[in-house]
Parts: sequence; C-alpha cells; structure tokens
Amino acid sequence: MTLELAAFLFLLAMFLGLELISKVPAQLHTPLMSGSNAISGITLIGAMGIAAAIATAGASTFALVLAGMAVGFAAINVVGGYLVTDRMLEMFKKKGS
Amino acid sequence: MDPIRMLLFLSAAVCFILGLKLLGRADTARRGNAISALGMALAVIGTLFQIQGKSGLSLDSLLPVLIGVAIGAAIGVPVARKVQMTAMPEMVALFNGFGGIASLLVAWAALHVGMARVDDGLVAASTFLAMLIGGVTFTGSLVAYGKLSGKVTAKPVLYDGQNLVNGAVLLVVLIALVWFTAAPANYWLFLLVLVISLFLGVVVVIPIGGADMPVVISLMNSYSGLAACAAGLAVENNLLIITGALVGASGIVLTRIMCKAMNRSLANVLFSGFGAAEGAGPSGEGEKREHKAMTPDDAYYILEAAQGVVIVPGYGMAVAQAQHAVRELAELLEANGCEVKFAIHPVAGRMPGHMNVLLAEANVPYEQLVEPDDVNPSMEMTDVVIVIGANDVVNPAARDDTSSPIYGMPIIDCDKARTCFVLKRSMASGFAGVDNPLFYGDNSYMIFGDAKKTVEALLAEFKEALVA
Repeated sequence: MTLELAAFLFLLAMFLGLELISKVPAQLHTPLMSGSNAISGITLIGAMGIAAAIATAGASTFALVLAGMAVGFAAINVVGGYLVTDRMLEMFKKKGS
Repeated sequence: MDPIRMLLFLSAAVCFILGLKLLGRADTARRGNAISALGMALAVIGTLFQIQGKSGLSLDSLLPVLIGVAIGAAIGVPVARKVQMTAMPEMVALFNGFGGIASLLVAWAALHVGMARVDDGLVAASTFLAMLIGGVTFTGSLVAYGKLSGKVTAKPVLYDGQNLVNGAVLLVVLIALVWFTAAPANYWLFLLVLVISLFLGVVVVIPIGGADMPVVISLMNSYSGLAACAAGLAVENNLLIITGALVGASGIVLTRIMCKAMNRSLANVLFSGFGAAEGAGPSGEGEKREHKAMTPDDAYYILEAAQGVVIVPGYGMAVAQAQHAVRELAELLEANGCEVKFAIHPVAGRMPGHMNVLLAEANVPYEQLVEPDDVNPSMEMTDVVIVIGANDVVNPAARDDTSSPIYGMPIIDCDKARTCFVLKRSMASGFAGVDNPLFYGDNSYMIFGDAKKTVEALLAEFKEALVA
C-alpha cells in the first residue's frame, strides 16, 4: 500500500469519526464508549490473518502463541464489548415503556 | 475469492459507520450496536475468505484462531453478562486495555516471523507504533482499572521530577521510532521499546486522580482505536485502518467533552497531579463557618410540601449503591404531585455517562435525566435540590471564587435553590481537596450518613404517611 493511500484513508476516517460522534447526548456516553471499544476489537481480524498465516507456514511456535493470544484478547474485547453495550442500552427506557 | 472478501470488508465498514451514527441517538442506539456487531461478523467472515485464498481453510491453519476465539468468548461472555452496573467504569477500562495488547501482539507476531514488510518505512513505523500505543494502552488501562476498582490508590501518585522523567522516556521512544524506521527494523530495539511502552503506560496514568478517570478512560478508548489503526497499517489491512481511526476519533471527541466539562485542558488533567491534596481538609484560615445538619424526619416535611425537586447524583451514589432507592424516592415524590428531575453533570462519576447508566439500571426513564444547562436557569424556582454524593460539580466556588483551583468549571447551581439537602458521610472535602461553600449556605442542610440509608429513611417516612 502506498503512503498516500494510507494517509488518505486514515484522515478521512478520522474526520468521519469526529463528525459522527460530535453531537452525542450525555446519557449515551457510556454505551458509546463501550460500543466503540467493541469496534476497536477489529484487531481480531488482523490477529486471525496473522495467526493463520503463521500456522500454515509453521514458522515459529513463539509467534504463533503471540498471535493466538492476540486473537484471544481481541475476542474478549469484541464479544464482551457488544454484549455489555447491548445490556446497557436495553435498560434505557422511555417513560411508561 | 477476493471480490467476495472485498465486498464483505466494504459492507463491514459501512456497518461500523452506520452503527456509530445510530449509537449517538437514544431511540436508535441499541439498533446501532447490533448493526456494528453485524459489521464485525462480516469482517470475520471476510477474513476467513482471505485465509482460504492464501493458505486454504484447514484445521491446521485455523486451530490457533479457533482456540483464541473460544477462550476469548469463554471469558468475555460471562463477564459481560454478570458485571454490575456500578463496576462498569473498571470493566470498560479493562476492555480498552485488551484491545491495546491485542494490537501490540499482532505487530510483535508479524515482526517476529518477518511477515511485516518492514523494509517499507511506513510499515516499519506502523509496526512500531502499534506496539508502542498498544503497550501504553494496556498497562495504562490496567492502572485505571486498579484505581477504579480500589485495588490501587485512587489518589494521584506523585514524585519529584515526574514530568521530567516521563519527558525523557518519551524522547528516547521517539528517537527509537526514527531509528527503527530508518535502519532495517531492529528486533531488539523493538523489544526494548516494548518494555518501555509497558512502563510508560503505568507512569502516565498513576499520577492521575480517581475523579479524572472519565478523561483517562476516554483517552484510552481513543488509543485502543489508534493502536488498531497502526496494526492495520503494519499488516496492511484497510478495514483495520478505517475502523481504528473511527474509534480513535470517537475517543478524542469524548475526551474533549470531558475536559470541557471540567474547564481544564487535557495537559492539565494528564500532568498536574490534580487532587493530590485530597483529604487535607479546609485550611484553618478564614472565618469559621457553620453548617446546619438535618435529620431525615425533618427533611421529609420539606420534601412533602415541595412542588419541584431536582436530584443531583454523584460518585457517592454509585459507592452507596443508592440508585434503586433514589428512583423509588423520585416515584413517591411524583405520586405526591411533585415534578422531579435528575440533573447530571457530564463528569459526575468515574466514566463518561456513569450516572445515566446507573439510573437507567434503576429504571429511571431517560427523559427525566437532564443536563446542568436545563436546570440552572430555573434553579431559583426549584423548591428542593437533593445532592447525593456529589461535591465538586456543585461547588459554587467554581463559579464565584477566582482563586479556587476549580474556578471556571461549569457547575449545577444548587446553592440558588430554595432549599438544598446534601447527603454526605461527613464534612470531608471532595476529590479536588477544595472546601465547598455550598455546605455552609443559608439554604443548605447536611443530612449525614450512608446515602442509601438516608434515602431509605426518607422512603419510610413517605410510606408511613401513605398508610396513615
């Protein structure tokens, strides 16, 4: 990937993120944080890719353990993050509902 | 197979963007979270296609992935199901840390087996940054977790020359970054900085006090996204770059909101050791002022006659687990013909939106939760304000006393209400170590004791009156 493309991707995504979040009401700060935290578990797919590549190449057991741990931590982040956010949002109720 | 993967990754990115957008509105937030989870599923499926294209889907290639996911899910699911809402800040802190360490490990593994194309300067720098930011996020979040759960002192830990040492370490790290990028990626240099990054995370967060944790958590949230973004550059995965940047941006927005709510700069929060004077108590100088104490019985008669009540919760409500009792009190007051609002300061509690989550758990409808700007203009018309375990966010010194360390912080003007009840354990000063003139105000009455017990005593009075 060229530096140019990477820089464009990064900058555009940052601006998009700033725009998306800028007007969030205070009551949603916690769910937003734990929800975006779950999204940051996207490292999971990077970890999966590298773990599979190392396993196939049979390159290094040590690196395989590192990648496997990365998968594990990211999976906690993803699974736990989405579940707990949903649990919180379930509690936000309108009057009378 | 690559077009399928590309389509899946693109759809995933759209899901994340839509999900974040919907998460920002109360009526669509839950759907937004579900859509973003769908995006994650698409991303994982896309990655399976990618693996199949490169090495074929076999048990051999997938075994470490399966084991990792199984262990991760086995830990994540029960934790997410069982965690108490009062323990939410430390859990979010911990999850941020896990995101950070995952990015660090990805970069490390890729470098170890030579799968990161470090002859490319951008890839080399990104590999280094994924490790550095990931490491700082991991240990920094662990310290935040420790402070929030009471395993580490919540007070700022300060020593002489702290900022000098941190600055020197940072300088070394930056030089190492340039070196690592320019020279053909030195593995030992990488390992050295890895250790430094873990150390840096600790020393950066340890001087920050408990009440500033909303800022720290938001910042770590941002870092975990940026680490993922850097890891994406390191293993050359566009979806990681985009998604990581989105999370990085959202964390920055939250950090900015938290700092603004305290009228302090990020640098001030990070480097000033604010609140180190905690527990010092008011100085002996100045006039000796008297506070008035009141019993719940007497408070009941005032509440019973009130037409408008504003409840101001703070961290003390979370500590006392008083949210359910408070909700019941609000219901009884409403049944008594009184209008009840909850005024929530953005930095009340230990994480952004902490009070909102607790009150939502206690079934308080969210329309009843309002922001300081919604109640301050009508404060003079409010019969009773009940402050439950909040201190600095209701301190009039922040508004009136230019010499106060918290001067300029927006507050809830409880001193302007006709009557103000302060539920508090003792007269000790708040986190900032600043004396609170509200407690000595003409209209203020202290109700000492555990917040939950006090509210329950008020409830008992109301119920007794109903029976009679």
